[in-house]
Amino acid sequence: MKFLRQVYAIVQKDLAAELRTKENLSAMLVFSLLVLVIFNFAFELQGVDITVLGSGVLWVAFTFSGILGLGRSFAAEKDKGSLEGVLLSPVDRGAMFLGKAISNWLFITVMEAVTLPLFAVLNNVAIPWFPLVPYIVMGTIGFAAMGTLLSAVASSTKMREVMLPILLFPVSIPLLMAAVKLTSGALQGREFADISNWFNILIVYDVIFLVVAFWTFEYVVEE
Amino acid sequence: MSEALITVEKLDKIFGARWALRSVSFTVHQGEIVALVGPNGAGKTTLLRIIGTLSRANAGRIHIGKIPIAEHANSARAAIGFVGHQTFMYDDLTAWENLNFYARLYDLPNIPRRIHEVAGRVGIEPRLNDVTRTLSRGLQQRLTIARMLLHNPAVLLLDEPYTGLDQVAADLLDQIMAEAKHEGRAILFSTHDLERGLAICDRAIIMKAGRIVHDLPRGAWQNLAGFMQIYARVLENPT
Amino acid sequence: MLRTSDRWLDLLGLATLILIVSGLYMAFMYAQTEVNMGLVYRIFFFHFGSIAAGMVAVLVVGIASIGYLRTGARAWDRVAEASAEIGVVFSTIGLITGSIWARPIWGAWWTWDPRLTTFLIMWLIYIAYLMLRASARDDPRVARFAAVFGIVGVINIPIVIMSARIWRGISPVLFQQTAEQQFTFGLTPEMFQTLVVCIVAHLVLFAWLLAHRTRLEALRDELVALRRARAR
Repeated sequence: MKFLRQVYAIVQKDLAAELRTKENLSAMLVFSLLVLVIFNFAFELQGVDITVLGSGVLWVAFTFSGILGLGRSFAAEKDKGSLEGVLLSPVDRGAMFLGKAISNWLFITVMEAVTLPLFAVLNNVAIPWFPLVPYIVMGTIGFAAMGTLLSAVASSTKMREVMLPILLFPVSIPLLMAAVKLTSGALQGREFADISNWFNILIVYDVIFLVVAFWTFEYVVEE
Repeated sequence: MSEALITVEKLDKIFGARWALRSVSFTVHQGEIVALVGPNGAGKTTLLRIIGTLSRANAGRIHIGKIPIAEHANSARAAIGFVGHQTFMYDDLTAWENLNFYARLYDLPNIPRRIHEVAGRVGIEPRLNDVTRTLSRGLQQRLTIARMLLHNPAVLLLDEPYTGLDQVAADLLDQIMAEAKHEGRAILFSTHDLERGLAICDRAIIMKAGRIVHDLPRGAWQNLAGFMQIYARVLENPT
Repeated sequence: MLRTSDRWLDLLGLATLILIVSGLYMAFMYAQTEVNMGLVYRIFFFHFGSIAAGMVAVLVVGIASIGYLRTGARAWDRVAEASAEIGVVFSTIGLITGSIWARPIWGAWWTWDPRLTTFLIMWLIYIAYLMLRASARDDPRVARFAAVFGIVGVINIPIVIMSARIWRGISPVLFQQTAEQQFTFGLTPEMFQTLVVCIVAHLVLFAWLLAHRTRLEALRDELVALRRARAR
C-alpha cells in the first residue's frame, strides 16, 4: 500500500540521518545516564528499597531524555525547510505522523535499552525482562505518539522546544502513573492481577491518543 | 488554445492587518514561462507559496489544470514542482538519499533510473554519493532543482532560483526551463535578476504591494531598457 | 455591528446578581454552623461551585475545540479561548478553597486525594493551554494548535479521574463516590439547599462571564476586519 510505503520511507530517512551523526541518540543517552546518577545523590538511594523508588527514577530518566530527543527531531526538520519539502509532496499527513512517531519511538527505545541495564547495574537490582520490557515498550508508544504531535506544535511557537515539556507532561500524567506502577510491580515481582488496572489504563491511553494524534496531526503541521 | 495549467482567481492574503496579496488574478498556460518581478515585499514569495500549497489564502481560488487546490490538495501537489528559498534537503543525507526519499514520497516507479536522469540533467551525477552538507550552495541549489523535476510535474514554481548559482549553473537553469516549456509545462518564477528573467520569459508580471500592476506579454517591451522604464514608473508611483 | 451588551445578556447578568446575593446570604446566614467544623466549613459552598464551574469550562473548551477543527469557524475559537481563561480562574479558586477547607479538617494544606489530584492536573492542562495560546499568538495557526491541545487535554480528564482513584486504591468507576469524597459530616436540608443555590450561582456566573468575554473577542474581530477593509 502506498500509505505504508510512505511511512516506511519516512522512518528509513530518519534512521539514516540519525545513524550518520548519532547526535540525537548520544545526547539522549548521556542525559538519561546523568539523570540516573544525579538521582542517586539527590535522593540518597543507597539504603532505600529500590524496587519501590527505582521505577520513578527510571521513568524520569526515560521521559526527560525522551523529551530532549522529541524536541530536536522537529527542530531539525524546520532548519533547512525539509518539513516543507515533505509537505509539498502528496504524502498523506497521517503517514507523516506515523513515520515520525515510529522513528521517535525507535530512538527513545534505543535510549531505554541502554538505560535500563545501566540502572540495574548502578542500583544492584535484578531486571525481570518479561514483563518489564513490554510495559516499557507500551508506555513509550503513548509517549512517542503524544510527543510527536505536540513537538510539531511546540516547534512552531515562539518558545520553541521549551514549550514541549509544558505541553507534554500534563497530558502524559495518566500514562506515567500507569507506567511507573507497572514497572514497580514488575520489579517487585507482584502478581499481574494486582496491577491489571494499570495495564488497562495504559492500553486505553495508547489506543485513544494514537488515534487522536493521527487524526489531528494534519491540522498542526500544515499552515 | 493551450490549456490553462495555473488559474489564480482573486487571491487575498492577510497577515494580521497587513495585506500581502490583494485580489490577485492571472493564468499561466501550457508551454508558457511567466516571470514574476517586483520590489521586496510585493508578495511574490507569498503568492508562489500559496500556489504551491505551502500556505493558504484567505480568499480566492486556485486551479492546477482542472484540479482545485482547496479541495484536492494532494492531487494538485503531484503535479507541482517547487523550488523555494530553502533547499528542502536533509544535510546529513547524501544527495542520492535525499532524492531517493522524495521519490518514494511521490511514489515513483523505477526510482534509481529516475534519480540518475534528473541528476544527469542538472549535472550533479558525480556528487550523488556526497553528503549534502559538503556540497556548495550552488550544487545544493542544483540538487533542489533536481528534486523539483523528479516527479515530472506539469507545473514548475521557482522562487528566486538564480540565487547562489554561478554563470554555468544559471545557464543550465535557463536550458531546463526552456526544455520544460517545450515539453508543455507551465513555469512561473520570481526573480530579481531582470536581465536573465526577461530573456527567457513569455510574459512578465509586475507586482507591487500585493497587487498585480502589469501583466505584459513579450511584445510589450523592446529591450531591457524599455522594460526598466515601465518598471521604474511602477516603483515611483506612490500607490 | 455588535453592541457591548444586549437585552438577553443583561437579563443573564441580573440573574447572576440575584443568585450570587442569595448564595452569599444562604451560605453565611441561612445554613447552620456545622457542629464539627465550625465556621470554616462554609467555604465548601464556594469550593464546590468553583469546581463545578471549572469542570463545565473544561467541557466547553473540549466541545468548542472539536467544533473549531470541524468547521474552521472563528466563533468556536473565541468560545474556547474565553472558556479556558474563565475556567482557569474558577479552577484556581477551587484549588485554593479546597486547600483552605482541607487544612482544619485533615491538618494539611494539601492531600493527594483523587479529587484534588485530578483538579490539580486539570489546572495544569489549563495553564499549558493558555501558555500555548500566548506563545503562538502571532501565528495564524494558533487557533488550530489550541484546538488540538484542547481536545487532547479534555480527553485526558476522564482517564486522569480513573487513574487518580486507582492510585489511591479506590475503584476507578467514574461516578462512584469514594470515602474521602463523601462529606465527612451530615448535610441538613438547609445546607443542601444552600449548596445547590451556590453551585447554580457559580455556573450562571460562568455563563455570564463567558458570554461577555466571547462578545469582547467578537468586537475585537470586528475592529480587525474594519482595519483590514480600510487598508485594502
